[in-house]
Amino acid sequence: MAANRFVMIGVLVMAAATMIAAASGSDAWTAAQLAELRSLSLSELEPLPPDPTNRVADDPRAAAFGERLFFDTRLSADGKVACGTCHQPGRNFQDGTPLGRGVGTTAKRTMPVASTSRAPFLFWDGRKDSLWAQALGPLESPVEHGGTRLQYARVIIEKYKADYEAIFGPLPSIGAAPFSAGPGGNKDEVAAWLALAQNLRDAITAVFVNIGKAIAAYERRIEVGPSRFDRYVAAVASHQQGGTLLNADEIAGLKLFIGKANCTQCHNGPLFTNNEFHNTGVPRRIGLPDDDGRLTGARAVLGDEFNCRSRWSDARASCAELDYLATGDHAQQRAYKVPSLRNVAERAPYMNAGQFATLAEVLDHYNRAPAATAGHTELKPLRLKNSELRQIEAFVRTLSGPTLFNGGVMREQRQ
Amino acid sequence: MKTLQRKRQSIGRLALIAVAVLSLTACGHAMMMMGRGAKRPAAAEFGLGPRASANGLYVATLEPARDFKPRQMQTVRVAIVDGNGAAVENAQLAIDGGMPQHGHGLPTRPRMTRSIAAGTYEVEGVRFNMGGWWEFKVTITSERGADTVTFNLSL
Repeated sequence: MAANRFVMIGVLVMAAATMIAAASGSDAWTAAQLAELRSLSLSELEPLPPDPTNRVADDPRAAAFGERLFFDTRLSADGKVACGTCHQPGRNFQDGTPLGRGVGTTAKRTMPVASTSRAPFLFWDGRKDSLWAQALGPLESPVEHGGTRLQYARVIIEKYKADYEAIFGPLPSIGAAPFSAGPGGNKDEVAAWLALAQNLRDAITAVFVNIGKAIAAYERRIEVGPSRFDRYVAAVASHQQGGTLLNADEIAGLKLFIGKANCTQCHNGPLFTNNEFHNTGVPRRIGLPDDDGRLTGARAVLGDEFNCRSRWSDARASCAELDYLATGDHAQQRAYKVPSLRNVAERAPYMNAGQFATLAEVLDHYNRAPAATAGHTELKPLRLKNSELRQIEAFVRTLSGPTLFNGGVMREQRQ
Repeated sequence: MKTLQRKRQSIGRLALIAVAVLSLTACGHAMMMMGRGAKRPAAAEFGLGPRASANGLYVATLEPARDFKPRQMQTVRVAIVDGNGAAVENAQLAIDGGMPQHGHGLPTRPRMTRSIAAGTYEVEGVRFNMGGWWEFKVTITSERGADTVTFNLSL
């Protein structure tokens, strides 16, 4: 009888402990939950891997040169647009507007820069496979920088000769070439480009590529910094209580985030992204041309002039990301890149075309999981209560932290 | 004595109710997590092998170059023997898999790239994009026939 009573009391104690652990706002985490929390902590971020496609990726002179190019508005058709026009350092390298605006208006939300050098594919549809190849896209886009590669080579020759040659060697002579010519330009500019001798076209493209590699050397030094969430994980992982680092709602939101809200299905790892592409049924933005997202992006990167296999890449080994790339998969239709959630609260509006103005709208979408406008959404309705959605939002807001440059807080963010 | 017995009975009832409530909550939670109905196999079904193919033609063992970790491109060797323990040479391997509870496949298209030694093959381009239960299916084709080994991996 006594043994029975002990068993019963034991069961009760265990039940009570489990209930406490499951209760909202508790600091008690199971071993599995703790492991999951650690996997999300910035302290788990691997050292920045080398970029074999860019021989100057880790050259500080290239980074300093790239920083000047990043903010130089002469690298545009109208002399008013630089990379930094949309990628503003004081605003997490984005512009706070649904669609980016260069010399015209783009069809996509400006993406942040910090820690994106760790992603195998860039842009919402992943149509580029390196930071330098990505940087070249907007330069030749008619609605972003709007200029041509010959125009940009001319800026380098006229304004940056010494800086460039110290890193990349002698600049070519472009002689009597027209003012503007390039394969991404208007009809006249394309015709002017095709009229140039092949060796001159190659010499100009080489300068253009090096602009991208210098900008990439700058960008890859920009990384996300630790947030309140990371300090909380460090505290609970070392067997201390989280103290006041997170409040009860934030802790409850974190439990939902790694639990029944299924957020870590995509937002996993220290950057809260699996670097993949998913269709989550985000509606089209009215008035924009239709696009297929990753379905098109995966094919585009294979054919990209500047991809890892191209003659402009410095990679000598294989290009595994391209070699084992999945293409033609119906699940890729209207699938878009999973963005990092680090600093997400500072980066409204949301989604690939700024479809949602607030985090609350985003969470409402994930909770309802409406059908996709094309392809199939991977979401299932979560049926969370409004109070739970607010708790998840409270947790996501704990992921804000400084932006680092070369490991220190960026000057634009210092208080 | 009767009072004590009643107390015991009521403690017992409380314990039963607590257990019932807990198991209901746990089940509800698990159902929600699954979404697509697949049930995670027992712990003994997980691991790198040796593991038999569906029709018993082969036994395969996975030898990853590094421990499997989410979000990293990885290379894995597959050692294959037949039912008698003899190394299977001149085989072709095809890779498939995914997360049964989430309804998605592998994020990359891994391929057998070469044969390393008798019955050992290298598969490159393997990536798992999240933690949890993954199926990793190796379809082996040799003169013995075609058969599939399904590994359950916990990342």
